[in-house]
Amino acid sequence: MSRAAAAVLFFLASAIALAFLVFPLAALLTHSSPAALFNQLSDPLVTKALVVSIETSALAQAAILLFGTPLAYLLATRRFRGRAVVVTLVELPIVLPPAVAGIGLIVAFGRFGLLGGTFSALGINVGFDKAAVVLAVTFVAGPLYVRTAIAAFEAIDPKLVAASRTLGAGPTRTFFRVALPLAAGGLAAGGALALARGLGEFGATIMFAGSLSGITQTLPLAIYQAFDTNLDAALAISALFVIMTAAVLMSLKLTSHWHSSRSRSRTRSAIFASN
Amino acid sequence: MALLSVALAHPLRDFRLELELELDGVVALVGPSGAGKTTLLSAITGLLAPREGRVALGEEVWFDSRLRVNLPPHRRRVGLVFQDFALFPHMTVRQNVAYGAPGGVDEILARFRIARLAEQRPGEISGGERQRVALARALAREPGVLLLDEPLASLDAHTKTAIRAELSRTLADTGLPTIVVTHDYEDAVAIASRVGVLVEGRLRQLGPPEELVTAPADAFVAAFTGANLLRGQATARPGAPTEVTLESGERIASQTPAEGSVDVVVHPWDVSISRDAAPAGVNALRCEVAALTRAGGRVRVLLAGPLIAELAERQAAELALVPGDFVTALFEPAATRLITRR
Repeated sequence: MSRAAAAVLFFLASAIALAFLVFPLAALLTHSSPAALFNQLSDPLVTKALVVSIETSALAQAAILLFGTPLAYLLATRRFRGRAVVVTLVELPIVLPPAVAGIGLIVAFGRFGLLGGTFSALGINVGFDKAAVVLAVTFVAGPLYVRTAIAAFEAIDPKLVAASRTLGAGPTRTFFRVALPLAAGGLAAGGALALARGLGEFGATIMFAGSLSGITQTLPLAIYQAFDTNLDAALAISALFVIMTAAVLMSLKLTSHWHSSRSRSRTRSAIFASN
Repeated sequence: MALLSVALAHPLRDFRLELELELDGVVALVGPSGAGKTTLLSAITGLLAPREGRVALGEEVWFDSRLRVNLPPHRRRVGLVFQDFALFPHMTVRQNVAYGAPGGVDEILARFRIARLAEQRPGEISGGERQRVALARALAREPGVLLLDEPLASLDAHTKTAIRAELSRTLADTGLPTIVVTHDYEDAVAIASRVGVLVEGRLRQLGPPEELVTAPADAFVAAFTGANLLRGQATARPGAPTEVTLESGERIASQTPAEGSVDVVVHPWDVSISRDAAPAGVNALRCEVAALTRAGGRVRVLLAGPLIAELAERQAAELALVPGDFVTALFEPAATRLITRR
């Protein structure tokens, strides 16, 4: 095959692939007029779902950062027997079908699940409640953050940590003054990925928390309900999602670029290595 | 000033690191990479717990395998300057120096002439400046011991000489027990008052630089000081210099009494070159000139053999040496030292 023909074939294949990916997104934004879509955003179905999504995502994100960061740091800095097993367990929910995650959550934390009795005794009723949405989102999105955070902590030059120790800083001060700032870019990237994934969470949520408007109905669940009754509302939420997710991805690229040019740590390569 | 005493045994990949060291003043440890130098520094700082041993600064015991004492790194009064310096890239020079300092950062910045760099980040300053910052940061902690891991390795040859002299003065001024790890014998001599040669986990010799040159403990120490090494068989002759038959078959004489397999040690500055026949009583080897290099007013002549002769520039010019010439290398029996091989 001549070089020109090969170039044309590569170009054609790339154009088809790109068009295939862009076409549905473009259709979402152009099916109805922007004004019509904007009007739908004031529909109570949409506003209630937006509030539920923001509340539950904020709580889930807080839980992910608060518990996931120490876990990632330990897994990145300690070498122990069975570490590979633990890392695999952490990563499992990323590839698990959401329906499996939903069932797992029900039999673990549901009213008749393993910990259901304990939760009830503490006055926490998990099933079909906002807490259930938070649990589902945390379970599905958390591992994305932890995995990226492990890579970010592992990319820190061990000499910098050692330097901190020989300069009189204990493990805690070393974590907050050296490890955390140097991994910040990677942690932000992981947080953004988890946030995007959490906002879009559908399967586990609908199984474990149900789709109660104003209580457990998040934006993706609202799309599913509106799909039957009000296509324009479904389109409006979907368009909103495209814009939000694009914003998250763009900010992720900008922060990693900014971070790598600001300091010489290897956080940026860590982000790409983990993807 | 308290004495640092180190005694340790720790298995490495191919051998055991085993050494005892009582330290005051500046000691340079030289040796090939993988000899255990970095492991020794890690054991002193507490970044690594040796299998057995004891590390103490005066009365303070930092590590004792029998008493089960093992202080974490941040409780040992030790300043470590890392290879490549390991400055915190996300902090300014001032923040780096202040990291371990109880106070008085401005004074330290001024003392190390880095005050004007205070608000810069490590990525924005030169290699020599980074070294000063690393040293300032380590000393700001007010340590009782100072350790430097290859402090000159990451500097280019041009800036190295000036920085080496400055480092030497700084270390002498602190008066702290100091270990400088280097693979370069020349750096070791320039910086330290005593030099130790560490090979395969053992300290082969520790002494003033001139002692290593005049009385090397073994062939390895001699080679590290830059001496020529030849192999041969020695025959003792009562009342006369020892005769050595080299592997090439040539015969030379030495004032060192010896018998059997020997390493012959000759320093480059004790070798002269002649185009004429050799005078009697002087060792003479016929060699081909392989290469010539100039450094600091001296010319090093690499002779096939191999043998290196170091001549004054004027002397080399008179000889008009060109690679490919056949010449006679001359050295006195008194400058020909023998080390019996085990």
